[in-house]
Amino acid sequence: MSDTIKTFKTSDLSPEFREEIFEEPGAEKITLCFNCTGCSSGCPMAEQEPEFNIRKFLRMANLGMKDELLNSPYLWYCTTCYKCQERCPQGVKNVDTLLKIRTIAVHNGIMLPAHKKVGQLVFNFGHAVPINDDTKEKRKALGLDEVPPTVHSFPDALDEVKKILHIAGFDEIVAEEEEKK
Amino acid sequence: MSKLSFFLGCIAPNRYPGIEISTKKVMEKLDVELEDLEGASCCPAPGVFKSFDKTTWLSMASRNITLSEEMGDDLLTICNGCFGSLVDANLMLKKDAALKEDVNKILFEIGHEFKGTQDVRHIIEYLYQEVGVEKIKKAVTTPIDLKVAVHYGCHLVKPTRERHLGSAENPTFFDELVEATGATSVDYEDKMACCGAGGGARTAVLDTTLHMVSNKLDHVIAAGVDCIVDACPFCHLQLDVGQTEIKKKFGKEYGVPVLHYSQLLGLAMGFTPEELGIDLNFVDNSKFIERIRGGAK
Ligand code: SF4
Ligand code: SF4
Repeated sequence: MSDTIKTFKTSDLSPEFREEIFEEPGAEKITLCFNCTGCSSGCPMAEQEPEFNIRKFLRMANLGMKDELLNSPYLWYCTTCYKCQERCPQGVKNVDTLLKIRTIAVHNGIMLPAHKKVGQLVFNFGHAVPINDDTKEKRKALGLDEVPPTVHSFPDALDEVKKILHIAGFDEIVAEEEEKK
Repeated sequence: MSKLSFFLGCIAPNRYPGIEISTKKVMEKLDVELEDLEGASCCPAPGVFKSFDKTTWLSMASRNITLSEEMGDDLLTICNGCFGSLVDANLMLKKDAALKEDVNKILFEIGHEFKGTQDVRHIIEYLYQEVGVEKIKKAVTTPIDLKVAVHYGCHLVKPTRERHLGSAENPTFFDELVEATGATSVDYEDKMACCGAGGGARTAVLDTTLHMVSNKLDHVIAAGVDCIVDACPFCHLQLDVGQTEIKKKFGKEYGVPVLHYSQLLGLAMGFTPEELGIDLNFVDNSKFIERIRGGAK
């Protein structure tokens, strides 16, 4: 825990960021939060990493603390277990709102390299976890086709997936810096 | 005979094919016809994709659903992550006409159209709600005498508003299905706790998520069970591969066998552990398999 008190000027806050978050249906409910800590106190990730605090994150979002939120490494810690959202007495959409903040981060070019890799796997193979030799052996031993009847077996289907990912601009999002442009 | 299209996802076919074959075997015995959903892709993985870009998530998920619509069947998933992704996308598109129009513009480019005619089902809730515990009990030929730690996982029950499966804090439907095989569902501390894998967290902060699953394994061991039974290949991977990672990184060895419900039910229907791929986990299950042969059933 940090023992220094940071001060923020209101001019550092971004009302536009708050508005952007509110594009997600239900995200505006963070304004109803009365700080009861029901969400953060039950969070299994906070139990492991106290710096990750969903309640504090949503408070920061409501204030428009864009830079702090988007650049926080803890933005990527939530497992989306939905325990917090289930518990909130005010109907705050804790997880859906957090995912919207992540989306804004990604569209600002902030993404973990490991997540980018998963995105690339989906773009290239249509699977986040593609087949490997070890599993091919296991499939054979069980009497299944070596390669499953998914996009892995149907090149046309993989082309369809690539096409929609391209239309949605996803290939740009997960491209390495030098490949962009 | 009911018929469903079988959506495989990524982790079952590409890491734990035992779950795929077990599902086919048990559903056949229960008179549910499964037809492979050919050409399906990643659901896509909700944690990572919902985080990245909603349009991408929706268009990929809806493509998978339209494949099922084109077959005229409801879609069956065996994974909580796929269920979370597909059931939410399906409901969202059925409810929101404008969103549906946007997504259909993208799908049009690849010759599909989302119509909203089919439902997305998860094997556990389908077995409970459509097949029923009684019918499953009747299909059991070799009751299994095992003590089981049931792991529901998160996205099977949450968010509840969109699941209609009763209490998320204290559900019982999965335990009832487990007990239908002759096994005993043993209560353990913090039973509904998350395995840690979801939301892209396993990819982002593996070690922290391993501490989370390690807590779960401690509680399971303390309850003195023979195995864990789950409903999701991704939880399965975190619980099984996670044990090998915990051993390597933190030097702690658990050796807990992890089964998907389809594999437990398969045992109770008389299939051998090898036919169900129970020997193909990353944790060595040989002692457990010996035990089953020696009369746990
Ligand atoms: S549970 Fe809801 S009201 Fe309570 S602190 Fe969390 S977001 Fe705010
Ligand atoms: S969904 Fe995320 S923030 Fe909420 S309780 Fe689970 S890990 Fe914590």
